Amino acid sequence: MSTVTLSVSNLRKMIKGKEIIKGLNFELQEGEVFGFLGPNGAGKTTTIRMLVGLIKPTSGSIEICGYDVKNDFTKAMQYMGCIVENPELYPFLSGYDNLLHFARMLPEVDEHRIAEVVSLVGMQARIHDRVKTYSLGMRQRLGIAQALLNRPKVLILDEPTNGLDPAGIREMRQFIRALAEQEGLSVLVSSHLLSEIQLLCDRVAIISKGEIIQVDMVANLLNKQEKIIWRIEPIQKGKEILRRYTEVVETDDGYLVTPYEEKQAAIWNRELITQGTQVLEMNRRLPALEDLFLELTGGGEGIG
Amino acid sequence: MANLIQNEMMKLLARKRIQVVGIIVAVLVLLFTYAQYKQVEEQREKLGTTDWRASLQQQIIDIQNRLGSSRMSDDWREQLQVSLKQQQYYLDHNINPTEPGAPSFVRMFVENSSDLFIPLLVMIIASDLVSSEHSLGSIKLLLTRPVKRWRILLSKYITLLLAISAIIAMVGVLAYLLSGIVFGYKGLNTPVITGFTVEGGNLDTSQVRLLAQWKFLLMDFGLVWFVAVVVGTLAFMLSVLIRSTAAGMGVTLAALISGAILSNMVSSWESAKYLFMVNLKLTNYLNGVAPPIEGMTLLSSMTVLFVWWAAALVVSFVVFTKQDVY
Repeated sequence: MSTVTLSVSNLRKMIKGKEIIKGLNFELQEGEVFGFLGPNGAGKTTTIRMLVGLIKPTSGSIEICGYDVKNDFTKAMQYMGCIVENPELYPFLSGYDNLLHFARMLPEVDEHRIAEVVSLVGMQARIHDRVKTYSLGMRQRLGIAQALLNRPKVLILDEPTNGLDPAGIREMRQFIRALAEQEGLSVLVSSHLLSEIQLLCDRVAIISKGEIIQVDMVANLLNKQEKIIWRIEPIQKGKEILRRYTEVVETDDGYLVTPYEEKQAAIWNRELITQGTQVLEMNRRLPALEDLFLELTGGGEGIG
Repeated sequence: MANLIQNEMMKLLARKRIQVVGIIVAVLVLLFTYAQYKQVEEQREKLGTTDWRASLQQQIIDIQNRLGSSRMSDDWREQLQVSLKQQQYYLDHNINPTEPGAPSFVRMFVENSSDLFIPLLVMIIASDLVSSEHSLGSIKLLLTRPVKRWRILLSKYITLLLAISAIIAMVGVLAYLLSGIVFGYKGLNTPVITGFTVEGGNLDTSQVRLLAQWKFLLMDFGLVWFVAVVVGTLAFMLSVLIRSTAAGMGVTLAALISGAILSNMVSSWESAKYLFMVNLKLTNYLNGVAPPIEGMTLLSSMTVLFVWWAAALVVSFVVFTKQDVY
């Protein structure tokens, strides 16, 4: 039903004899937002820089709409738009001149198209001001306008909400969703903010130490890992009782966490009560990707 | 490619680099014009204004007398004849040889600025042409467009060549126009003596001839342009290699200044002639000034510079197209 727009196979990068990226494989479908999630230093930015041709992979291949980035650079880049880290445009030029600058580097992008992307990101009022007078949010929008000039099929955004205020983040999120749903773009978004990915993406690849640990639908990943959070008095006794049935983790702030099992929960609860403990709270919780991530990477990584 | 060059020009002009260079040149020309004017005034006070025609006449008679004597080598005779012609021209055209017109001023200015001042101006443009894209971060957008890297670098290099030509033209035009206000604009056809060569410590005058000043100026400007392109290309290479503009400028500056110092003290270190920085004063060969190291000729200097130029260009393109951008 959908077509692959970006495909990465067995991508590796060695820097000074150290393998930084260890054989990545993934594909982007048309119209989906794909999250690239990992802690700082996991290799997200290196991977993204390889995707856009800034860094040459040691081995492996990257194809954008069927064109190999290495062998068919110009064709592949025609189908791609990107912002790597911050949208670093020329501060001494006006927003319009910046767009004109990049439009001149693209085939078949005329002034009409420039006006189109300007209104798409709602920048008409300030487009002739110099970029150095723009706020970060406006620069981010100008960056997006620049990335959309060539009507790309694949949009690659490295940390797109970095440094934005909450309203800006929300706006950016809606904008990215709209691009994917209405224009059929594939969007690859990297982030170390798990909540961000959770709200924005259809699928996510979790990356740690240069390897992809898991690729799945965001919804699926969340479903698997539902939990019950207990508050029991006295806590030690409650823990012993629950341990007979399932895995229990005690949190620092005095809660017990067990996996959620629909049929079992009532039995555990009755047992706790008959044994004379008090069940003060019993919550079913959809875990944040954060928990999931810590679980998958073995914890202790330090996120953000 | 025209689009890319247009882009680079837009950025160069928006950053007001060329404009700054123009102002620097104008200020320096005014400064030198004033200095020259003071000098002329002082000379005039010493010699008196009406005297120069009479003294020139006297010099011509002297030379004619010496030419009449039979005990004289042919070389020497030829040289005397050449200077006789030159002085006769001054007299015929009512030109005071101690008072420069704008063209002589331009010549003086260009010849003195060829090894340091003009390279410095070129450096202002060349040294951040690539490194500024790195420091701004815009290199990431520039290199992810559907344009091959070598084309981007070539567009920058062509822009540099255009800017260098503009700077040299600006130096010529500003020096001529501004100094002419004080010294007058005549003198383009004044003959200039050239063709001296220094060989084995002796001045070889066998090739000496007269050349109209404007032709001489064209030769000067050609050589200065060549020097500027070589220095510009080296600064351009550093701009590719060193991501910090300040560091690149520092290296270029150190090389240029060391060249100026070395030229005065390397006469016994023969292999120093392969360094580019002692070869920058090409116009000296036209005036017969002894080169800093024996055996250096116009051709050898230009060859050395050409080799440096070619190497810098190759390094720039190879590194730029291969490097990983972080």
